[in-house]
Amino acid sequence: MDFTFLGESFLRLIGGVPLTLQLAFSSIALGLCLAILLALMMQSWFRPLGWLADGFVFVFRGTPLLVQIFLIYYGLGQFRPALDEMGIWWFFRSPYYCALLALTLNTAAYGAEIVRGGLQSVPAGQIEAARAFGMSGLTLYRRIVAPIALRQALPAYGNEVILMIKATSLVSTITLMEVTGLAHKLISETFRSFEVFFVAGAIYLAINFAVTRLIELAEHRIAPDLAQANRPAEVH
Amino acid sequence: MINGAQPAVTVEDLTKRFGPLEVLKGVTLTAHDGEVIAIVGSSGSGKSTLLRCINMLEIPDGGTVSIAGEEIRLREKRGGGREPAEPAQIDRLRQKLGMVFQSFNLWSHLTVLENVIEAPVHVQGRPKAEATEEALALLDKVGLADKRNHYPSQISGGQAQRAAIARALAMRPQLMLFDEPTSSLDPELVGDVLRVIRTLAEEGRTMMLVTHEMAFAREVANRGIFLHQGRVEEEGPPAQVFGQPRSERCRQFISSQLRS
Repeated sequence: MDFTFLGESFLRLIGGVPLTLQLAFSSIALGLCLAILLALMMQSWFRPLGWLADGFVFVFRGTPLLVQIFLIYYGLGQFRPALDEMGIWWFFRSPYYCALLALTLNTAAYGAEIVRGGLQSVPAGQIEAARAFGMSGLTLYRRIVAPIALRQALPAYGNEVILMIKATSLVSTITLMEVTGLAHKLISETFRSFEVFFVAGAIYLAINFAVTRLIELAEHRIAPDLAQANRPAEVH
Repeated sequence: MINGAQPAVTVEDLTKRFGPLEVLKGVTLTAHDGEVIAIVGSSGSGKSTLLRCINMLEIPDGGTVSIAGEEIRLREKRGGGREPAEPAQIDRLRQKLGMVFQSFNLWSHLTVLENVIEAPVHVQGRPKAEATEEALALLDKVGLADKRNHYPSQISGGQAQRAAIARALAMRPQLMLFDEPTSSLDPELVGDVLRVIRTLAEEGRTMMLVTHEMAFAREVANRGIFLHQGRVEEEGPPAQVFGQPRSERCRQFISSQLRS
């Protein structure tokens, strides 16, 4: 193993970390907003909204993210005149925006299912208790439903965050120079794929290690009793 | 009763059906201030539904419910049944009723203390410091001062139910509603909960208590009500209802309960 080269590779690839993180966290943040909207649509009394949300989830969960990225970036290029006319070509011309859009829509589909599961897991009796004390509407949602749903959904959502960080590597296929993109470039210069991909993998591992710790920390903050229950038995 | 005040609750000719099943077939009763009313009956007699209709967790199909003299306004719903005419009125009147559920229904994301101050602060808008002070006194009263920072998943059923009673009391309700408060408890935990309820009765709180604990009902109640198939079959002083009922059905029920 050539440690000097590993070190050089590391210094090259680390330059892609900001783009990787930026793509991951912007898409996760935007995707979560969309996911909550979709989950609320699924619960709406107005059924067509629910069908729309279900259809969205069906499509974006059932097709590969790579195909979605290609469809948006390459596929929509075919409709340039129309997009130009609508004044949104600048958006679809940019690989960054296309990647962000694909990642956002994809994580929104998975996130919607997680949020819906969280909302459904809120025990009816606890909602009833809140109603019995005169709570209703937004206060009921904000004080009771949302926090309980969050407690339930957080572990699954943490998993989704980690999957998304890894999924950003796919955007290297549409010319974006995040960690994996830079790795490809370095390999084409040096032909030393093992070392370069080894370093790339280690960088993702380090990011996800930090993110996992953050998620665990959040779980302890939000649900100290559940976090404690997951630890080995202890008599209290 | 005092100064001719309005009764805490008046229920008139209440009916409720679930699909083809007629659960309440015209129930009328009044709870005056300071009264402790024990409601008994076999399962399916409608006693829990009656309690849940009083705070509109179930919307009755017919009849009226008045809280402290104010009638809850309902209107006909398209396609059958009724709905609140003014949801804000129900939210307001519910604050006069402290509900204790069979399955506790403590909020799982809040500690015991947070459970107790939640509604006073976020529904009644009372200052948090004041609500906390009152909550600590209530927790002390139900014997849970040392559990105030525990989550519901970390305490026993009996402790959870006592916390739920403190939570209901924190609303400063005019009337406490107990829906089979000891039915989902292990036998050895029932006593602690009954002791708390007895204390409240002795303080002169107005309470309606749906229960299977006949001996306890006879002891704490001023009035007993026996429901049978959605109707009041027997009503009167506890000694009568739980001792020498006039109705044959009530007699059978009481003796079957005493046997078990």
